[in-house]
Amino acid sequence: MPVVKSLEDLKRLKEEALAKRMARTTTGRAQITVAMGTCGIAAGARDTMKAILEVIEQENLTGVVVTQTGCIGLCEWEPIVQVVVGDEPKVTYGKVSPERARQIMREHVQGGRVVSEFLVPG
Amino acid sequence: MRELALHVLDIAENSVEAGATQVQITVEENTRDDRLKIVVEDNGRGMDEQLLARVTDPFVTTRTTRKVGLGIPLLKAAAEACNGSLWITSAPGQGTRLEAEFQRSHIDRMPLGDLAGTLFTLVIAYPNVHWILRYRIDHAEFIFDDEPIKKELQDIPLTEPFVLAFIREYLQRGISNVQEALASPELAHT
Ligand code: FES
Repeated sequence: MPVVKSLEDLKRLKEEALAKRMARTTTGRAQITVAMGTCGIAAGARDTMKAILEVIEQENLTGVVVTQTGCIGLCEWEPIVQVVVGDEPKVTYGKVSPERARQIMREHVQGGRVVSEFLVPG
Repeated sequence: MRELALHVLDIAENSVEAGATQVQITVEENTRDDRLKIVVEDNGRGMDEQLLARVTDPFVTTRTTRKVGLGIPLLKAAAEACNGSLWITSAPGQGTRLEAEFQRSHIDRMPLGDLAGTLFTLVIAYPNVHWILRYRIDHAEFIFDDEPIKKELQDIPLTEPFVLAFIREYLQRGISNVQEALASPELAHT
């Protein structure tokens, strides 16, 4: 049975990461919130969340905070993702599939352009 | 829900809503007794009898109580459809313990699904909660406790790319080791 990654690995990774980017530590460049009420989860919110985290990992994005929240009362728009970039106002996206999530990460979080076709109206 | 792991996520969300600072999730498969058991225990604010009765009954659930009112009846129905049941013990200030049991081989039993993905999103999204997972099939066991990881990281956020990679792989590997042990029984006793 292969040995599970150990805390020693984490220590080493931490030292490496700290050495590499001590200078630009996190200032909360972007905050992403995924709604995880029961119907959000049933509509696929977990996989949306996973897709967001995957992009952060693959693109090596630092300073992005990802959190979850419970039901926000918009069942028919689930999965719902809210994005705040810098000091800009909060943007609410609806029916965010993993593919849409990747597009939002690319265009909005990385590129700074709101993806207007996925906005929840109102 | 299409996966038991999504139910686990939903129940754990209730624990967070109830203000829990520690949540312990146990998934136990027993091939000899043909049972699969899910336990979610938290130290949240707990429920009195009235609320307890309400969260397990879908028919008295109103739209305003939906936050905690929809997921539990769904899981209960799923368990009961598979020769199983669901129990909750809770009291105000005492936390909540939810247990759901299934006949493991039952034809209607949902697949376990992506348990690693469920834990991954919980650990990352709720860094202030202490998460513990215990996953067991017969003699093979994986225990994940996020406290040593957080201690090691100190102020480094969990959403840093290398941390995400570490936790994701750690969970995936631990869970699939348990599942592989079932596939090759001679390893299960080590
Ligand atoms: S659970 Fe349906 S809108 Fe929140």
